[in-house]
Amino acid sequence: MMDARRKANLGALLIAAALVLAPVVVGMSFGNAWVRILDFAVLYVMLALGLNIVVGFAGLLDLGYIAFYAVGAYLYALLASPHFGLHWPIWAILPLGALVAGLFGVLLGAPTLRLRGDYLAIVTLGFGEIIRIFLNNLNAPINITNGPKGIARIDSLAIAGKPLAKGIEVFGFTIPGLYLYYYLFVALALGIVFVTIRLQDSRIGRAWVAIREDEVAAKACGIDTRNVKLLAFAMGASFGGVAGGLFAGFQEFVSPESFGLMESIMVLCMVVIGGMGHIPGVIFGGVLLAVLPEVFRHTAAPMQQWAFGKVVLDPESLRMLLFGIALIAVMLYRPAGLWPDPRHRRELAARR
Amino acid sequence: MTVLLEARGVGKRFGGVQALKDVSLTINAGEIYGLIGPNGAGKTTFFNVLTGLYARDAGEIHFAGSPLPLGEPHRVAAAGIARTFQNIRLFANMTARENVMVGRHARTRAGVIGAVLRDGRTRGEEAAIRRRADELLHYVGIADRADDLARHLSYGDQRRLEIARALASEPKLLALDEPAAGMNATETAALRVLIEGLRADGATVLLIEHDVKLVMGLCDRVAVLDYGEKIAEDVPAAVQKNAAVVEAYLGGSLG
Repeated sequence: MMDARRKANLGALLIAAALVLAPVVVGMSFGNAWVRILDFAVLYVMLALGLNIVVGFAGLLDLGYIAFYAVGAYLYALLASPHFGLHWPIWAILPLGALVAGLFGVLLGAPTLRLRGDYLAIVTLGFGEIIRIFLNNLNAPINITNGPKGIARIDSLAIAGKPLAKGIEVFGFTIPGLYLYYYLFVALALGIVFVTIRLQDSRIGRAWVAIREDEVAAKACGIDTRNVKLLAFAMGASFGGVAGGLFAGFQEFVSPESFGLMESIMVLCMVVIGGMGHIPGVIFGGVLLAVLPEVFRHTAAPMQQWAFGKVVLDPESLRMLLFGIALIAVMLYRPAGLWPDPRHRRELAARR
Repeated sequence: MTVLLEARGVGKRFGGVQALKDVSLTINAGEIYGLIGPNGAGKTTFFNVLTGLYARDAGEIHFAGSPLPLGEPHRVAAAGIARTFQNIRLFANMTARENVMVGRHARTRAGVIGAVLRDGRTRGEEAAIRRRADELLHYVGIADRADDLARHLSYGDQRRLEIARALASEPKLLALDEPAAGMNATETAALRVLIEGLRADGATVLLIEHDVKLVMGLCDRVAVLDYGEKIAEDVPAAVQKNAAVVEAYLGGSLG
């Protein structure tokens, strides 16, 4: 017993050390561009964890999840930019973003309660597009979102009035802004992981999985499937809202094109490829799919240059091609994801 | 004897098919009440109407002194009716214990905040859910399979697990939809022992069953449905001799 606890503590310590050192190692070996990619990877992990509640736990296929990211991002942009002349602090905007995105989650959930599978996917896909199109067109008659031009000069994320972008000095060292963003994002992502783990192993978490497994039986067990599903939508969406707010304050610019269908599909792939319903798997999927495309972007052209003397396929299409192949391979050979719940892995092994 | 459930004039129509027509019956507390009838007679439809999966078109159902809510299965479960399904419906990728723990849902309260904070009350509730689940698994005789996924259990054990899950909601009425379907003789005998044990412990059971021997041996009273109508209701021995029942099962006399 003691031994197991010791092991767990050691594991936690190692993970903490890895999380603290990651940007330092990455920054020193590959440069600051990669720290920025790391920052984005953490944002994607938050999104993947949020979507995992809806898709992985409750089994509701949602293809419009990025809409909640957009809601969070635009809320931050509107409340902390010269656009309306508002400059709210981060501690006010992020919880509000979670709340508003959660409300949007309920708004999407309510009309889709009777739908499942493909039909639910189509409706949620439509919802994602509606939000994006609204953002694109809400610049007239009253200019709310500034339309396709997006909102610029957003206040950069600041804690206690100090913008993180400028870096801070500790014991004579200056910790650059990109690192500070990383630590802020990781702290919030850890909060999301904590909430998700607690929810998974609770009465509510069991109710979600029960709905995924058999909705009729879940009802007969006394689960109010309507409320419990709406709760899943709201929880998932609120995580997306937080990530969106961070995204806006990090980029200092938002425009509707950041929130297209491809992004929704990307986040869904993170969940599915990582291992639906398995938290470590989903985190792994998020990091993998956020980082791998960047690796391709940076290596595809030079490698072709070296091999053929010219660039045969442009890196962008090659990226999508490889991504498609990888997706098919995962579905064929690891249908439960790259890092599935050990319980389900045993299942798959048993069926072979 | 107190009346636990009273159905009056219950009707249900699917398009042109009158699946249930003016069905009235009463179930007394503490009895095992059988519901039989040829295939398609409306037994399962009655179950689904009773448990709120279908909304009834006509009639009233009073349960434990108050009217049953229409078309809201989770409220029916909360009111105290738990059921099993003709074609087993377990949560296949959850363990046996987790299945029974889900069954406690209607009798527990913890929400999101409790789950995240894990305060004393939530922890206590969670421990009680787990303890009760283990007790029930033991009660139906599959305690040793608690950590196995439901899908890995044998057919007979899956039937038992479904009963344990139903019992987890502390039902006043336990409704079993063909619990012996697909069972071999040994499994059926074991099931009979289990249901007799339930009766000894004071449970009220509504039983749909095709296995006539099981029904006649177990039930205190039996109702017979044919083409959605109740054609008889009596003690098993009298029902067996009822002319209308014999005709429904074997067809009318020749010539």
